[in-house]
Amino acid sequence: MTLPTPEVTPLNEAYWAGLAAGELRFQHCPHCGHRWLPARRECPACLREGAAWEKAAGTGQVISWVVYHTAYHDAFRDRLPYNVAIVELDEGPRLITNILAPHESIAAGMRVRLELQSDFGVNLPRFAPVGAA
Amino acid sequence: MMRGKFVIAGVGHTAFGTLPGRSTVSLNVEACRRALEDAGIEKRAVDGVFVKTPTSAREILYGQTLSEALGLQPRIGIALDQGGAANMSGIAFACLAIEAGMCEVALVCYADNPRSGSRATYARPRGDDAAFGWFSTAAGYAMIHRRHVAEHGTPEAAFGAVAVAARRHGAANPNAQLRKPLTLDGYLAAAPLVAPLRRDDCALISDGAAALVVMSARRAREIGVKAAVPILGMGQAHTSWEVTQRPCLTSTRAKDAARDAFAMAGLGPADIQVAQIYDCFTITVLMTLEDYGFCPPGQAEGFVREGRIVHGGDLPLNTAGGLLSETGMPGLQLVIEAVRQVRGTATLQVPGVRHALVSNQGGTMHTHATLILGG
Repeated sequence: MTLPTPEVTPLNEAYWAGLAAGELRFQHCPHCGHRWLPARRECPACLREGAAWEKAAGTGQVISWVVYHTAYHDAFRDRLPYNVAIVELDEGPRLITNILAPHESIAAGMRVRLELQSDFGVNLPRFAPVGAA
Repeated sequence: MMRGKFVIAGVGHTAFGTLPGRSTVSLNVEACRRALEDAGIEKRAVDGVFVKTPTSAREILYGQTLSEALGLQPRIGIALDQGGAANMSGIAFACLAIEAGMCEVALVCYADNPRSGSRATYARPRGDDAAFGWFSTAAGYAMIHRRHVAEHGTPEAAFGAVAVAARRHGAANPNAQLRKPLTLDGYLAAAPLVAPLRRDDCALISDGAAALVVMSARRAREIGVKAAVPILGMGQAHTSWEVTQRPCLTSTRAKDAARDAFAMAGLGPADIQVAQIYDCFTITVLMTLEDYGFCPPGQAEGFVREGRIVHGGDLPLNTAGGLLSETGMPGLQLVIEAVRQVRGTATLQVPGVRHALVSNQGGTMHTHATLILGG
């Protein structure tokens, strides 16, 4: 069973290329300094174009998380139960991810660091607890 | 001054539950026919159609497709796309159009058939994040539910109390889709769906339709509408951003919608005798009570566990069973129950209702609307 593959577009190709090259990138606005994910053409703060890509340090904190006990797509059926979390990078942008830790150990505010994992041939930005081996 | 200037002149709905072989247009027509009968007016008086787009089966020009099926060529005919809030913002836009002289009598309605049709929209992948397994409407609410627990220590029993109250009220409603009562132990024993959500935290999946007739209070008096219910306050405000992007997960712009509705009505939370709070998921009820000022942030758990929200308590909620028990249809049935409470015709009638409050919301708390009805 194939996993649902992200759609690479001219707008977000720098994001996926960054992950393929081993780094997580976010966009920042050279005009007002706002930083965000996911990719968009205009800055949602000042509405101007010309966003640049910047490498994230790869550290952040867990905002919230859920644990799926039912699969809405066949590709996830034999991964149950699995978690999905919102992580806020230290630079500010937030993203959907998975936490590489026992579900019972996940907590709001938990410090995490980036751990890229190849899944269906794409590097996905997942996060592990800071200090974990 | 909008307070009391407009009324809900009639209400109607189909059966709730599984209605195979019916299109959403057909269900809407039945609900509109019943609402017109309840108002005691002829179809030809209607010159405004405000319909919420069906969640499970979107169509372009839906307002016109429905108008054709109603045999109407309205002055204003529009389909509104705000998820569940569209029902009550439809009421507000109808009032504004009547105020502006752009129409006089409006039908506000909604129908959907996800139970016998397609439920795919509720299980949909959430953009490119599907690669992480991020699917479904329920998971978005689960994310908010979890954050509320993390910030406030909200106990499982508080979510359970909301579900138990809804099921108790629904059990008394002969039209309810799910009339089986629920105990707190039964709630806690159910397997998690997307943890922390359990089965009974989640709205029903339902076929059905509901409709209202909206007109000016003056018009209702002139034509002798028997049981017109005045609209005292309306507000809407939209959080709009996807769950991932919201700086705060545990409060929404429901706060602003309620503030505006209370201000228009000249009322506050203490003036409300019965409330219909949109309960697509139990977390929505807790947060709405907090954002509306019925209790301080993080304290809805005590409020709902003190028995205040059941019939006989001081703020009975969702007295026909809500989305958890009456029908999962997003919202208009809550307005109809508020109309019955003000008229004094509800099955679980609350004594002495002067002011009834309704909340509707849509998406993953993306949109919100508030309505206050009363004499």
